[in-house]
Amino acid sequence: MIDSSLKEIAAALRAKTVSAVELATESLARIEAGNPKINAFVTVDRDGALAAAKAADARLAAGHGGPLTGIPLAHKDVFCTEGVLTTCGSKMLSNFVSPYDAHVVTLLKAAGAVMVGKTNMDEFAMGSSNENSHFGPTRNPWNTDKVPGGSSGGSAAAVAARMVPIATGTDTGGSIRQPASLCGITGIKPTYGTVSRYGMIAYASSLDQGGAFGRSAEDCALMLSAMNGHDPRDSTSLERDTEDYTADLARPLAGLRIGLPTEFFADGMSDDVRAAVEAALAEYRKLGAVTVDVSLPNARLAIPAYYVIAPAEASSNLSRFDGVRYGHRAAEYGDLNDMYCKSRAQGFGAEVKRRILVGTYVLSHGYYDAYYIKAQKLRRLIAQDFAAAFAQCDVIAGPTCPTVAFGIGEKSNDPVQMYLGDIYTVAVNLAGLPALAHPAGFGAGGMPVGLQLIGNYFGEARLLGVAHQFQQNTDWHARKPAV
Amino acid sequence: MSRTDWEVVIGLEVHTQLSTQSKIFSGASIAFGAEPNVQACAVDIALPGVLPVLNKGAVERAIRFGLAVGATIAPKSVFARKNYFYPDLPKGYQISQYELPVVVGGQIHLLVPDGKGGAYEKVVNLTRAHLEEDAGKSLHEDFHGMTGIDLNRAGTPLLEIVSEPEMSSSAEAVAYAKALHGIVRWIDICDGNMQEGSFRCDANVSVRPRGQKEFGTRREIKNLNSFRFMQQAIDYEIQWQIDLIEDGGKVQQATVLFDSDTGETRAMRSKEDAHDYRYFPDPDLLPLIIDSAWIERVKGELPELPAALSARFQNDFGLSIYDATALTASREVSQFYLDTVAAAGTASAKTCANWVMGEVAARLNKAELDITASPVSALQLAGLVQRIADNTISNAIAKKVFDALWNKEGGDDANAADTIIETQGLKQVTDSGAIEAIIDEVLAANQKSVEEFRAGKEKAFNALVGQCMKASKGKANPAQVNEILKKKLG
Repeated sequence: MIDSSLKEIAAALRAKTVSAVELATESLARIEAGNPKINAFVTVDRDGALAAAKAADARLAAGHGGPLTGIPLAHKDVFCTEGVLTTCGSKMLSNFVSPYDAHVVTLLKAAGAVMVGKTNMDEFAMGSSNENSHFGPTRNPWNTDKVPGGSSGGSAAAVAARMVPIATGTDTGGSIRQPASLCGITGIKPTYGTVSRYGMIAYASSLDQGGAFGRSAEDCALMLSAMNGHDPRDSTSLERDTEDYTADLARPLAGLRIGLPTEFFADGMSDDVRAAVEAALAEYRKLGAVTVDVSLPNARLAIPAYYVIAPAEASSNLSRFDGVRYGHRAAEYGDLNDMYCKSRAQGFGAEVKRRILVGTYVLSHGYYDAYYIKAQKLRRLIAQDFAAAFAQCDVIAGPTCPTVAFGIGEKSNDPVQMYLGDIYTVAVNLAGLPALAHPAGFGAGGMPVGLQLIGNYFGEARLLGVAHQFQQNTDWHARKPAV
Repeated sequence: MSRTDWEVVIGLEVHTQLSTQSKIFSGASIAFGAEPNVQACAVDIALPGVLPVLNKGAVERAIRFGLAVGATIAPKSVFARKNYFYPDLPKGYQISQYELPVVVGGQIHLLVPDGKGGAYEKVVNLTRAHLEEDAGKSLHEDFHGMTGIDLNRAGTPLLEIVSEPEMSSSAEAVAYAKALHGIVRWIDICDGNMQEGSFRCDANVSVRPRGQKEFGTRREIKNLNSFRFMQQAIDYEIQWQIDLIEDGGKVQQATVLFDSDTGETRAMRSKEDAHDYRYFPDPDLLPLIIDSAWIERVKGELPELPAALSARFQNDFGLSIYDATALTASREVSQFYLDTVAAAGTASAKTCANWVMGEVAARLNKAELDITASPVSALQLAGLVQRIADNTISNAIAKKVFDALWNKEGGDDANAADTIIETQGLKQVTDSGAIEAIIDEVLAANQKSVEEFRAGKEKAFNALVGQCMKASKGKANPAQVNEILKKKLG
């Protein structure tokens, strides 16, 4: 049953052809069977899931509940969950049990979704392959020798492997869209400030944004509708009413102007990805959309700007992990400084240390203006590019990643090569725009290719509607891995 | 070189704890004296995932301060992170304002004692005042080689007020700190309790040969928590720096602590140990935007400020600037004075001032009481002043009546002074016949003094007056005694 769409599951729950407890049990069984191979979950909360499912059934029996009531879901392990381990993929927090729920967790609980567990991720959401997890790499369900992408790789893999119908993710530089693309599912990162960051362990505060993974745009729309809205505990949360993102699903594509940034279609994209992207665009044109060329002249500066701003914020955000109040503390140490050094040296992995060092460097006296201030200027230029482009089009389309999923270990010794993989995704975070990735075919080795759609601010409903119309006429999103 | 060949330059940084109910970025209480760590919520202990939300009450107090000192309230200011590791700093950074503070400029008017019984006026310019959070406390005792951490204070709202380096003596620094202390209490943004750390001063001190343009190298004396220590610490530091330079040494920039037991300052860390705090705008907080409507509302809620009230005292009541300044040292003192004058009449305003600054202040000081707890109420004092004004009692008897008021001998009513004068028979004797009778008795008993006076000894006259007053138990009208006695001896 959990292979079905959320709408179908919700109907079945109300028709009593399935119960929430049965759904949870099915999900837990699939995790048990598949996780040893995929390593998508860090923690499975069987007891909590069954209790929540029981409560959901009671709610449904009373005629209450909404579209997510009784639906199994997984949370990326970056979201704090009361009473359930929250590791952030790090040894530093391998023993951390949060005394409170993240805002997103509270909202989805209230909606009646049933959390079955916490998904694996790159440590502190730093990475593009899920290889930077203290709990071992997650594997791509389409080919377990390949990476699922990152940093929300566990969530993407869990949805792709049909362990859960939906899962949460976070996207700082592409961490929802890239793994969605590499795992052949749909994932959306909304406008910055739409989803509360309260209880979402910070990597780069000005870029981090929570979002949704599902097998279809429609499922993502239902899920994101339950996740958004103003939260007074997050000062960057936008003061807007909660929005229903299913509003535009039925809207036809006729007359839709799709902007194609010339910079995204130049060199850098592999041939198989290009072929799939072009085919998807042809399909959009067939459905009545028109494509127009647009330009994002500063997009090439997005990666250097991102790899200054994100590490700068991270170096400060991660200072609280000092071994004093919670988290890993070295067993043996001399003085205070030694305790800090040893606890952090032992608790953090290589990529996290690398970014803390870079961030500390760019914020240092004498370098701040040359790096941090300059990067902030680039950030404004990039946002201006998008503003100019959206004067000519309704959505922007292009590849999500330059290639299909690469092999585990293939790039782990070359961080710069790994960073360059974020070329199409990071500009969106710097501008704070909404964007999604949806399945658009397959490339080399039968690995999925995702198309990226970028919207203007608060264009989530339109983006999801566009993808939904595509999915009504194609079946890429319905293909599932053999695993 | 002598001491007068050196010029002293002092600037002060004062941390005032704002009198909000809750912390600057969380909802936890800031009440003083709670058990360790019971007033630290998830935000204060910096759990993973928590975020700061600015307390508008803290901003409002900053606006009050800015308006009270004639500063500019920045329409946009920015919170930044000051990064450093310390166990009582849970996030590993302090949220403060760096490049864009909320309050810019402003002035403090002071009256500095000149050491010769007088005082001179001075204006000290403020550089800025900015909002920030306090750190927790590290407790190094009681833990046997370990350190205890109390995070109750972490996140307490502070307004750090920075002066220009415009003070040139410890007396000026102390006068500035006292004036600032008076203002923050006056506008009710800080309780001013120095023992509890609500008002903490750091003094930047340097010296230079008189006439030199460039500042000397400064040393910063941290955490001066009383005005007396401030004076001692700065005086010691000035002499230390002068001695060092005159001995051929060079002052190294440093942070120093004042040891109140030895009366000395000693270096805590040198410039080489200085942190690179890696300030950058806190991405968790939006820029603080203050519109003119907000400023206008706060302006409308401000009480009459001490400078304005002092001017009014000088104009309306004919007080000296010295008296007016003393009577506007706190809202409580000025209110007591205003209440006294209101009941006693404006004609007695100067007498009221003398009593409030004299007997009342002295007795309260001795009893370590606040004026709001004065056993003699403003109305009772006014009753006493009225009896002096209408000649019912002399000044000498008035002191007696005040003592009785203090001891509650006249009860709690406003007319307690009258009750005391009545029941203790202290009313001045103005009946010439009665006074003559007393004088006759005294003259008869003091023939020797009479003879001495007649022989040209002026002093003998005063002795006779004294005897008459004594015989009347102080109640005889002194002027009448003088007059009649002169006649009798003349």
